[in-house]
Amino acid sequence: MEKASVREAYGRALLELGRRNENIVVLDADLSGSTKTKMFAKEFPNRFFNMGVAEQDMIGTAAGLAASGKIPFASTFAIFATGRAWEQIRQSVAYAGLNVKIVASHGGITVGDDGGSHQAIEDIALMRILPHMAVIVPADAIEMEQVIYTIAEYQGPVYVRGSRVNFPLIYNNGDYHFQLGKGSIIREGEDITIIATGLMVHHTLEAAKELENCGISARVINMSTIKPIDKELIIESAKITGAIVTAEEHLIIGGLGSAVCEVLSESYPVPVKRIGIEDRFGISGKPEALLAYFHLMPEDIIEAAKRLLDCKPYRLRAIA
Amino acid sequence: MEEADIERLKAIAKDIRKDILIMLNKATSGHTGGSLSVVEILVALFFSKMRHDPSNVHYRERDRFVLSKGHAAPALYAVLSRCGYFDRKELFELRKLGSHLQGHPDSKFTPGVEVPTGSLGQGLSMANGIALALRLDKIPSRVYVLLGDGEVQEGQVWEAAMTAAHYKIDNLCAILDNNGLQIDGWVKDVMNIEPLGKKWEAFGWEVLEIDGHDFNQILDALDKAEKIKGRPTIIIAHTIKGKGVSFFENQVKYHGIAPNDIELEKALKELDSN
Repeated sequence: MEKASVREAYGRALLELGRRNENIVVLDADLSGSTKTKMFAKEFPNRFFNMGVAEQDMIGTAAGLAASGKIPFASTFAIFATGRAWEQIRQSVAYAGLNVKIVASHGGITVGDDGGSHQAIEDIALMRILPHMAVIVPADAIEMEQVIYTIAEYQGPVYVRGSRVNFPLIYNNGDYHFQLGKGSIIREGEDITIIATGLMVHHTLEAAKELENCGISARVINMSTIKPIDKELIIESAKITGAIVTAEEHLIIGGLGSAVCEVLSESYPVPVKRIGIEDRFGISGKPEALLAYFHLMPEDIIEAAKRLLDCKPYRLRAIA
Repeated sequence: MEEADIERLKAIAKDIRKDILIMLNKATSGHTGGSLSVVEILVALFFSKMRHDPSNVHYRERDRFVLSKGHAAPALYAVLSRCGYFDRKELFELRKLGSHLQGHPDSKFTPGVEVPTGSLGQGLSMANGIALALRLDKIPSRVYVLLGDGEVQEGQVWEAAMTAAHYKIDNLCAILDNNGLQIDGWVKDVMNIEPLGKKWEAFGWEVLEIDGHDFNQILDALDKAEKIKGRPTIIIAHTIKGKGVSFFENQVKYHGIAPNDIELEKALKELDSN
């Protein structure tokens, strides 16, 4: 399985955007080597602002730049971007409706050894709750690049969650086109739908292959845009398959699973199981070990899918 | 500055004070003391120093103003309306449902407001961003940002102070409304911010200290600030909270309450008699 770095994809896209559009400006909070904004900084030192370890000021400065017609990309680790500077994002960016792009690296527990203090497991919830804010979690490096080009054209605040670890490539066949607000069906199926985001899209595809061996046909959706969420696709999937599993490297509270449940409970209730981190913080460990420890592996998705099928209403099971 | 010009500004300041008190009274809530303390500063900026055009609100070469101490919104609104950004009648819809004048400045609703403020400590960062963008675009406009004294207790202000000095943002001038009071009492008792001038100097700023109710001193300082290159300037303006109405002056109680009908009548009479 070929893997690629989503943060390097961000760095490359940002550099290319910088060459195309002189209104692109970039801010970082002393992590430009990790977030890969350094690539832009090297070529465009006048349009790059290292703000030091000062995330709140970084967001406010980005807001001011946006208020004057620039397209600022502000980057740091996900926990500091969304946690430390949350109220600055609320007041100076979202409330103002300003065109600031917050692209964070180091989302989720795969931050690894640095431990729970550095693992953002709340960031999607924190950003999703803000009016006007779009929230995107790319599933691989190819999608990340497309996301960056797309949001540069889109007018309004956006949060993009990247990762420290390399993601297996999902879209290396070359025919994918990211659309803001649209989920993408990457595998068709009739018995159950698994909606995933970020690294969990890959784990979901692995799970779906295994489920097929057990005679269960799973529809797999990459829900890279978590807000605005693709309601039509969720409802359509509920109608077709009658049961939905969600999978995310985030708390089960407030993230993708919650967003999907909000849609379903009001429009087309079906049994749901949310795969994610329970109500607790992360810990130190290697990324792979942590994914297993927090039950975010393909086998966890398989087990959830099988159990959920038992909950499906009789009528739908009969049809299936 | 000619004496006649100063007299003109003083007359405007008196009218602005009256408008502030009437609008607060009609709104039945809002920040009286901190609105009255910034009147001369705002009048000097909008009626003398700043290049701006109410008939072409977003023209590129305008000077920008950020009211970081957003709770002084009534003063800003009264000034903007007097400049012609919107009808004076709107002032008396302050804080009401459907009004263009929100409780704290909001660029989505009010022409002449550059960025929303109200959550303290965020205006200087935004002003820095605006100033950096102007510099990148080679637009010779200046950015003015008005801070409160209690507001500098926010850590973000000092992050932004570092940024302005580090990036040598000299097209920006901060003004600090040093009225000495905050909601819970005297600033020196709640959380001492002194030595204020030395702090800003240590952060790499040029510091000017003036009487914030004296138009000559305000305008001189704004002119001086424009000539200082290679570093940002802050004007520490010593002011009186509630300035202009004897029974509001230096009264912590009037930080966040509006004058009632009796107080309004008395205050307007006092302003007219001076």
